[in-house]
Amino acid sequence: MADSEAQKVIELGYGGNERLVMNMGPQHPSAHGVFRAILTLEGETVVAVDAVIGYLHRCHEKLGEMLTYVQYPSIASKTDYVAAMTAELAYVSAVELVGKFEVPKRAQYLRVLVAELQRIASHCLWLGTWCMDMGGALGGGATVFLYCIRERELVLDLFESLTGARLLYGFHQVGGTRYDLPAGWAQKCRETIEFIDTRVDEYEAMLEENAFFLVRTQGVGVISKVLAQEIGLSGPLARGSGLDFDLRRAAPYSSYQDFDFKVPIEAAGDCYARYRVRMVEFRESIKIVRQVLDGLPEGPISSRPGVKSVGQVRVPKGEGYARVEGARGEIGFYIVSDGGAKPYRMKVRGASFSNLAVLPHIIPGCKIADVVAIMGSVDPVFGEVDR
Amino acid sequence: MVTYVTLLERKFAARMQSRIGPYYVGWPHGWLQPIADALKLMMKEDIVPSAADRWVYNLAPIAFLVPCMLIFATIPFAPDLGLADLNIGVLFFLAVSSLEIVGLFMGGWGSHNKYALLSAMRAVNQIISYDLPFVFAALIPVVLAGSLQMSVIAGAQRDLWFVAYPVIGQLGFLAFLVATIAAENRVPFDILEAESELVAGFRVEYSGMKFALIQLGEYAHMLASSFLGALLFLGAWLGPGPAWLGPVWFLLKAMLVFLVVTWVRWSFVRIRVDQILAVSWKLLLPATLLLLLATAFLVVLRGGAVA
Repeated sequence: MADSEAQKVIELGYGGNERLVMNMGPQHPSAHGVFRAILTLEGETVVAVDAVIGYLHRCHEKLGEMLTYVQYPSIASKTDYVAAMTAELAYVSAVELVGKFEVPKRAQYLRVLVAELQRIASHCLWLGTWCMDMGGALGGGATVFLYCIRERELVLDLFESLTGARLLYGFHQVGGTRYDLPAGWAQKCRETIEFIDTRVDEYEAMLEENAFFLVRTQGVGVISKVLAQEIGLSGPLARGSGLDFDLRRAAPYSSYQDFDFKVPIEAAGDCYARYRVRMVEFRESIKIVRQVLDGLPEGPISSRPGVKSVGQVRVPKGEGYARVEGARGEIGFYIVSDGGAKPYRMKVRGASFSNLAVLPHIIPGCKIADVVAIMGSVDPVFGEVDR
Repeated sequence: MVTYVTLLERKFAARMQSRIGPYYVGWPHGWLQPIADALKLMMKEDIVPSAADRWVYNLAPIAFLVPCMLIFATIPFAPDLGLADLNIGVLFFLAVSSLEIVGLFMGGWGSHNKYALLSAMRAVNQIISYDLPFVFAALIPVVLAGSLQMSVIAGAQRDLWFVAYPVIGQLGFLAFLVATIAAENRVPFDILEAESELVAGFRVEYSGMKFALIQLGEYAHMLASSFLGALLFLGAWLGPGPAWLGPVWFLLKAMLVFLVVTWVRWSFVRIRVDQILAVSWKLLLPATLLLLLATAFLVVLRGGAVA
């Protein structure tokens, strides 16, 4: 393993110049969350990067052992707060796996529906903040940001009328979902995704025909396929490096096998490839949402009664790992149960945490401006990194 | 005047981003906002970092603002309405406007801050690279008119604005615009304030009145460059209607240039420092040189300049 791509420490040598050590974060306009990168600079070129995380650690795994299976789903949404629906889904999937709880078909479809809407909302935020990193809050980037936030709001409005919350939902419960669709919601949802579909065209026209955007993203931050495999990247990052891996298709959960969608793959591995992957995912998610709305079966939304007391779910002894494809990659929960109303031990695999490990391998040799472009294209959410 | 340009820009940007922009301070449409901003900045605490080089730090905003204001002196707003119609007006404008780099670098150096220092380095890099294309682009109308005096250049466009000259005029104006944006440090060439990389660049440590002075200088420079663009290429005060409408025409044209620059600002992402230098040395500089040569040939063929 000594020569493994992932273990190589990269530091470029430049002859005899003075070096400057500069902090980027934890409080920096373009730091996503509270990431701290200690950059060693030779003029404009970054020669080494030291990544420091942990500023947002909230003991999520310990919390998971303190709270019951009924309480924790609404806390699980706080790991990845930008895509809360998929984090909740991963937790309840793990509990259902260990406890062997059935999930009714309608609930499975509803879960897919919210997961895909969440992916759209999350990618909207990613595109906006990424462009703002590259273009500046006082420049073209802010324009893209405001456009994206405008569309994200529409999805959040949908969630609000569904669950009553805009960011952290508590939509899932063990055995199904807590809420059913309100009257008229499906129609509103259809109109929203039609509208977003046209907006995605607009973003593409705005960015892909923009020479400045292309020079900033093409060939920047290239992740090779080998490196992606060895670091354990997942989600759009892995697919942007030519890895054909998507849990929704590789290990279908929650009835994903019923839907027809493409998994975009780009071979280049640069920022632009990752951008392309996410843009196609926008459209694929919209396609899945349409299919769910068309084929939504009637029936109960949960195999278990609604929330009455915090200790009502008891899971038999056992352990298991369930994973879902979040907006940023593979989110997994490992749960060990001792037969009580709380897990004995819980471990979370955050997609952003694993994805972030690639930074020291691709940043050295870049200019300072590329660092923010690469950071943005990795799309970390610090709630998920530090947990 | 300069402060109201900020309101114009904010309103224009807001329109582009499907927002409303400043609204509440002053009716209608927040027309008191610039005054409120200026008052607020004046009342803010003036902070000097303990590690700063006090003399350099305190002097920098003034060293930055003075050249930006001085260049206004040479611009005639109508045939006889200007502070000083120097016979080397264009040269004076170009020379003094590039002096602002001194203030910029002093600010970056004196702040004793790594972000500011890097930004100051970038500023020197960029201004040296873009002053040459800027000068060459501005020389095209000078050669056409055969004079460095601003009023003569404006007068020479009586029959045909310089921007309307086939190929030379349009390309020259385009090169002038690009070089202006770069010289004004605006997106996509605003690497020196690059707030997503260097927080706020050279003015990261400035607050209150000093920050206001720097901001004022920047907008003054922008405004002056817009006037210069309108004067060199768009025929200054020439337009239909009686002579007293001249300054109005001039203002309208300058605002047009300003809005084009703003439009560019709010549609592009920032480009990288090496790419900026490549654009300047590999594209803009040879292109403006060729244009200047072509202009000179044209003038020789026609047997003399216009004026």
